[in-house]
Amino acid sequence: MVIAERKPIEEILAMVADFKKVLLVGCKGCVTVCCAGGTKEVGILGSALRIARKKAGNPLALVEHTLERQCDPEYIEQLAPMLENGEFDAVLSMACSVGPQFIAKRYLKQVFPALNTTFIGGSLEHGVWAEFCQSCGNCIIHNFGGLCPISRCSKSLMNGPCGGSSGGKCEVSNEIDCVWQLIYDRMTALGQVDRMRKIFPIKDWSTSRDGGPRKITREDLKL
Amino acid sequence: MKAGSNLEKVLTSGHFAITGELGPPRGANADVVRKKAEFLRDKVDSINITDNQTSVVRMSSIAVSRIVIEMGLEPNAQMTCRDRNRIAIQSDLLGASALGIKNVLCLSGDHNKFGDHPQCKNVFDLDSMQLIMTLKHMRDEGKVLGGQELDGVPKFFIGAAANPFGDPFDFRVTRLAKKVEAGVDFVQTQCIYNMDKFRTFMKQAVDQGLTEKFHMLAGITPLKSLGMARYMAKFVPGLEVPDYYLKRLQGVEKKKQADEGIKIAVEQIQEMKETPGVAGVHLMAIEWEHRSPEIIEAAGLLPRPKLD
Repeated sequence: MVIAERKPIEEILAMVADFKKVLLVGCKGCVTVCCAGGTKEVGILGSALRIARKKAGNPLALVEHTLERQCDPEYIEQLAPMLENGEFDAVLSMACSVGPQFIAKRYLKQVFPALNTTFIGGSLEHGVWAEFCQSCGNCIIHNFGGLCPISRCSKSLMNGPCGGSSGGKCEVSNEIDCVWQLIYDRMTALGQVDRMRKIFPIKDWSTSRDGGPRKITREDLKL
Repeated sequence: MKAGSNLEKVLTSGHFAITGELGPPRGANADVVRKKAEFLRDKVDSINITDNQTSVVRMSSIAVSRIVIEMGLEPNAQMTCRDRNRIAIQSDLLGASALGIKNVLCLSGDHNKFGDHPQCKNVFDLDSMQLIMTLKHMRDEGKVLGGQELDGVPKFFIGAAANPFGDPFDFRVTRLAKKVEAGVDFVQTQCIYNMDKFRTFMKQAVDQGLTEKFHMLAGITPLKSLGMARYMAKFVPGLEVPDYYLKRLQGVEKKKQADEGIKIAVEQIQEMKETPGVAGVHLMAIEWEHRSPEIIEAAGLLPRPKLD
């Protein structure tokens, strides 16, 4: 899923400083699962903003609302009764960056992102998330024991490990596992370490962002 | 001859080679380059010119290589994958060849996090293995990766790096074998201090017949002080400094530690000469170019062969 985290409160306060009536919109998708922008986080941020603004002598009228998802126009449409009558002068979205863009596309309002969209990843343990995919658009992890060197090697090496792999850690940080050590261990355990002798060829990045913004059209699903 | 560089001639004629290293300046002052390179005249077979090492902005390795050529010396231009995509890499290689550069060392590159611009975007379109393949493709097929024929084929003596002390150790010779398969002509290693482990690594390489397919140059970096040795031991990932060297440096007074470090380097070079599969040494005297001549002299590697 998409992993995101909330921007620092000071940054959000600065973004909405000139606005008096703000609609704070959460999302029940990925950002609810990663505890960044669901109903609960909307409540916490809403209270924090109200208190800070009141303390600053610049009270903020803020309404909280959480959508099923912000990455589908049908849910964005549900905001119409609130955003088409001049009740709010700005929208603060707690979705991944798709949400504020969809809201901005549909409504002529100032829209602010309350989150930083950080990566495609998963939860390692309660409260810890890590990156597992860089959406290169052409999955090759089966060549590497099911682990992704594009997203998990600091240099995206396809023929690692580099000389900086030390004690299972990446030279960039002790916090980062060397994915090439993990690949080696797994290939060894699977009895496939000989496959690592093969040079992985030069990658075609045109399926990645390097080919320009991407779009999928499924004719079989179109109405 | 693949490129006809002096380094290639020295290695293919069976001489024990020695290469030096020059870190370009953090500025546009070409005299700094000339001063550093002059120390290495007639002392080494080729001079590595680093490519923004440790991700710190420095004068371009290709430009510095050309300055060195104009001095009548031979460069080995280092090229990393960190800052250039395949378009820029191939373009720079064509330019390098046109400027007379014949040796190129293919590296992934230190991660930008370590440098003076940690905010930058990195590239890593290719990795070092694929960079070797790119040079070989251009040289041997006379084409760019996209398939276009080249008008003027760059002839490079292709180098790569190896770190025998990176983990997992058991995979290091396999990775070297991959570089050989990718088309490398010579390999320069990371600084070696743990000689026993290096000999184990070399034995595996020799046993697999790898060293018949390329030339291995063992990396030597003289320890300038106990402080430097401790720093290398503690903070440089994938580098091992055994206790006995630390103790040796500790055993002499501070003023004499540099001389002791040089003694150690000379002894290491002597040992390398006797190590099967080692075709030469690569002396990386970091910001110590002026001390290189005495090390090379003491190691009995002078005069250098003059080959046509």
